[in-house]
Amino acid sequence: MNGFLAQQVPLSWFLLLSAALFALGIVGFLFKRNLITIFLSIELMLNAVNLSFVTFASQWHAVKGQIFVFFVMMVAAAESAVGLAIIIAIFRVRATLAVDQIDRMKR
Amino acid sequence: MTILPFILWSLLKVIVATVILLMGVAYTVLLERKLVGRIQNRWGPTRVGPFGLLQPLVDGAKSFLKEDVIPAHVYKPLYLLAPILSLGCALILIGVVPFGEPKIGPAGMNLFEISNTNIGLLVILAVTSMGVYGVVLAGWSSNNKFSLLGSLRSSAQMVSYELALGLSLVGVVLHSGTFNLRSIVEQQATLGIASWNVFGGLQFLGFFIYIIAAFAETNRSPFDLVEAESELAGGYNIEYSSMKFAMFFMAEYGNMINVGCVATLLFFGGWTSPLGNLIPPPQNILIHALFPLFWFVLKVFSFLCLYVWVRGTLPRFRYDQLMNFGWRVLLPLSILNIVATSLWLAFR
Amino acid sequence: MHLIFFLIFAAFCLAGAVNLLVQTHPINSALSLIVVMISLAVLYLLLGAEFLAAAQIIVYAGAVMVLFTFVVMLLNAGSEERTHGSHAAYSIGLPAVVAIFAIIATVLLRAQGLGTVGPANAITTTEELSTVLFTELLLPFEVTSVLILIAILGAVALASKGRGEANAPKERSQR
Repeated sequence: MNGFLAQQVPLSWFLLLSAALFALGIVGFLFKRNLITIFLSIELMLNAVNLSFVTFASQWHAVKGQIFVFFVMMVAAAESAVGLAIIIAIFRVRATLAVDQIDRMKR
Repeated sequence: MTILPFILWSLLKVIVATVILLMGVAYTVLLERKLVGRIQNRWGPTRVGPFGLLQPLVDGAKSFLKEDVIPAHVYKPLYLLAPILSLGCALILIGVVPFGEPKIGPAGMNLFEISNTNIGLLVILAVTSMGVYGVVLAGWSSNNKFSLLGSLRSSAQMVSYELALGLSLVGVVLHSGTFNLRSIVEQQATLGIASWNVFGGLQFLGFFIYIIAAFAETNRSPFDLVEAESELAGGYNIEYSSMKFAMFFMAEYGNMINVGCVATLLFFGGWTSPLGNLIPPPQNILIHALFPLFWFVLKVFSFLCLYVWVRGTLPRFRYDQLMNFGWRVLLPLSILNIVATSLWLAFR
Repeated sequence: MHLIFFLIFAAFCLAGAVNLLVQTHPINSALSLIVVMISLAVLYLLLGAEFLAAAQIIVYAGAVMVLFTFVVMLLNAGSEERTHGSHAAYSIGLPAVVAIFAIIATVLLRAQGLGTVGPANAITTTEELSTVLFTELLLPFEVTSVLILIAILGAVALASKGRGEANAPKERSQR
């Protein structure tokens, strides 16, 4: 039993998972019609990238990889605060969150 | 050690700790009712059992047997998930709390803690942060304006005071140099009461900030605006009945016990007696195992009494006073505590 | 142990991400993203980044996602509608995304020298992390704090009522 449980996980699996999450984030960003869901997909993409960074940091035991994840988290937090404030401001004016209907700048 | 005994012993410890915690929660309710009653110059519950000691069992049976009403227009998945989240986060914290000293146990495992992680303190902060979701989802899914308003205010309060809570613990971490709860406690055992972090570690400001922020975090008086029946018709748990309401209730008292545990571990020396390492550990293995446990429980009990004493004595804050206090007073004070502690440590 | 935990929590990640796309109401998507973030925190623990795992839960799942949930609840905009979006978007977009994923996956699987991680790999302690953060990377750290300050000011300025009411009367007069 100990042999099975001491098995190592190949790091490429982590990177594949990161790529899959990134691709799913892109799908959400392109195809969803609700502003907040689009924003959530952006956060999903950022998380996928964080996973890549941590994987490579574990590969080379480079602490700077993990510190960069810090910075990505801080930037994501700052960006989500401002982005949500913009969404609230848009909602106040347009009373809808559907992306198709927030297109007054087109015409 | 091999995996199966590890899992079984851990499961046993988890079950014992959870059962004790739930019994503790039930008897904390009784403690509160009797103490608040004595503060208000009346007896608390006295009729059920001697001194009302069987009251929690009867209360539990009542909660269980009440009709479980789910209103028609609630958003059911989140409505059912919210009390689970609240109670889960309140019960999980006992997993990282070490409550006894001797490192004895079967096959090299430690009997007096469930897990000893190097980031124990961060796990506590993380689980506290997740506890906000129970409140947020309960209020929104109830499809009720009072509920939504109460839950938004309550969660804004919890999120604001989480900052002061976390920052006040940084002083302890600076002083101890580790996040590992067991080593933080062991460092406080050197000189007995003079080396407890609140006295010898000079963290009294940190302790006061922590205790005030913890009162706000657990939505207890004087910060219990959001569950004040006279103000908001009950707050975020209006639409909940019988067992789900009891789960929110238990989550609140469970959080109180958790706060007491964390405060004793970080500021009051955990399981160390006031004489600490000044006297040699007793030879008898039974006394060596039980005395630290006794001291730990005594300290947590005194924190619970402090909670109830404050509830019975102080009037509650208004919401804007509460937010003002959290952001403009506690947060700068906790940053000041960090700066002062680091200066002291740098020049020591 | 690492293998079992990886499989379980990678499955949670993927299920949460797919659920985020499938659900129509944004609150369900937000909760799915919280599940993804917590599973990612466990994966960071498997990779030995213990401080990052805690920071992921405290910062991301415990603060940023609470903010998202607040906004969804306050705005209460309801489920997203079936839209008359172009079918061209679906017919070009989805294969493009699959192609992107295939390219990334191929590059990764051909990489040489990628190791494995298991119970014996080194855990990055908080001391190592903070040593580098506060000595070599002190400037980016301080710049990040300025960035957060700017974000606070921006969010407060954007979300405060004055700007909204200044725009609204003009809108009404144009209809």
